[in-house]
Amino acid sequence: MLRFILRRLSIAIPTLLVIVTLAFTLLHATPGGPFDTAKHMPAAILKSIEAQYHLDEPLWRQYLRYLGSLLRGDLGPSFQYRNTSVNELIRVGFPVDVLVGGLALLVAMLIGGALGLTAAVRRDTGWDHVPMFFASLGVAVPVFVVAPLLILIFAVQLQWLPSGDWHWGEPRYLVLPVTALALPFIAYIARMTRGAAIEVLASPYIRTARAKGLAPTTILLRHALRPILMPLVSYLGPAFAGVLTGSIIVESVFGLPGIGRYFLVGAINRDYTLVVGITVLYGVLIIAFNLLADLCYAWLDPRVRLQA
Amino acid sequence: MTGSRAEGLWAQAWRRLRRRPAALVALATLGLIALLALLVPLLSPFDFATPDWDALRQRPSGEHWFGTDALGRDLLVRIMWGCRISLLVGLAASLISVLIGVLWGATAGYVGGKTDSLLMRTVDVLYSVPFIPLVIVLTVLFGRSFLLVFVAIGAVSWLDVARIVRGQTLSLKNREFIEAARALGVGNATMIRRHLLPNLLGIVIIYATLTVPAVIIFEAFLSFLGLGVHAPLASLGTLVADGAHHLKSDPHLLTIPALFLTLIIVSFGYLGDGLRDALDPHEAR
Repeated sequence: MLRFILRRLSIAIPTLLVIVTLAFTLLHATPGGPFDTAKHMPAAILKSIEAQYHLDEPLWRQYLRYLGSLLRGDLGPSFQYRNTSVNELIRVGFPVDVLVGGLALLVAMLIGGALGLTAAVRRDTGWDHVPMFFASLGVAVPVFVVAPLLILIFAVQLQWLPSGDWHWGEPRYLVLPVTALALPFIAYIARMTRGAAIEVLASPYIRTARAKGLAPTTILLRHALRPILMPLVSYLGPAFAGVLTGSIIVESVFGLPGIGRYFLVGAINRDYTLVVGITVLYGVLIIAFNLLADLCYAWLDPRVRLQA
Repeated sequence: MTGSRAEGLWAQAWRRLRRRPAALVALATLGLIALLALLVPLLSPFDFATPDWDALRQRPSGEHWFGTDALGRDLLVRIMWGCRISLLVGLAASLISVLIGVLWGATAGYVGGKTDSLLMRTVDVLYSVPFIPLVIVLTVLFGRSFLLVFVAIGAVSWLDVARIVRGQTLSLKNREFIEAARALGVGNATMIRRHLLPNLLGIVIIYATLTVPAVIIFEAFLSFLGLGVHAPLASLGTLVADGAHHLKSDPHLLTIPALFLTLIIVSFGYLGDGLRDALDPHEAR
């Protein structure tokens, strides 16, 4: 198991370096500095601001400085929100992402998994065809189409739910964003679970269990569930990345104060440190989650551990 | 094989594809949309850019079949331009990414050894880079440029193809006919061109069909955020974004572009499924 973890880390660390270096290069390959727009600024003040952000040092020193502060978890000051650090902005915004994204993933796994299992067990009945038709539609329709359509139906036409905004602790404001974010993943997970379940349920050891006269529920839950869940676990990494990018859309459509919206507003206002800081955070999160998913996978399937 | 000529790969694939009504309907839908996207802007009296201040936000009517937007521009023509752009970006960027992916994966699989692990480790690393944020950063830093969106998408989506092609090449490499060709003294270049690539073609076509909708979604995503094509030109993504702004007063501005985007993506999905069964019988369920 230790060797397995080490092997995974040997991919994760270069990946992180690539992300940070890419981010840093992008930051400094920009035509013009971040303060060029401040035309009326006296040269002396510009100089002192540049010195404050260490923009007057040679590039390699800036790179090392950036790496050093990253190691301490410091993403630097925001260019746009003066006197506010990127860390503070993330501290304010990230809980929103955790709540919305976490709920969406949870909902997607529970509903998607349940739909997929039912479809596999009741194959070629209405329980199979109807959800799978919607799943093949749901896989195709992207979040930025689903989100406005949900607003149109449930907020404008039916007026059941608010069309946006955010109030901590009020679930009404959570329903539509979480649904919009979760729908494509529900569809994908349902299809994947169905495929895996059909394959597992057709395998010889399940037939043996049936021949021994075990109850269908016992077979499903005790013998079949674990191998059925395997592809789901390995899908968790990509799903997590998808939820992160989906939250950029969902937050801007529903007006949620998460880091996805900071990211977009920062991008439009050319707040370089904020944008790069959030990109690095996304990178770290995705890598960490992939690692976690891999570990879960190895824990569930001994063959993976032994191979490594 | 008896004396009669064996059915070729393509004839066989076409025969299998014809048995899949969903794939055929999808193919016909895509053909129809492509034809409309080509013809409607040519034949319509309206163009995508000129505002008409006397016809703001009209509902669908005999004159404007899909109505008009907030600047009085004909929605039908704008949607057809959007389809043009989406299909063009989808096909061209997929072509780039499939080319890169095939070269990368085939080299890794065929050469093997250190080259293989270096190339595939690179793919592993790139896999966990958060590309969508990076592309957003790129478009912000270097300004919105159509070419950049293009290159960025093409450069990102080749990873899957590379992995698949490598796997396929590895399994082909040890087959008897390759061994026989090598025994006959066939060189590397000829081996790849004559024996490997034709056998990879099926799986490459399947993945190309699946890459196209992913690319179309990605372009629409960027355009939705206002980072894709420039106004007044519209892609399906910008049209959906426009519609989302006016959904309280004019829901058709959202629903019609959304419908076309969905149709295109779903059709490519069904076509890909059908092709998978037609070209790769081992994978068929």
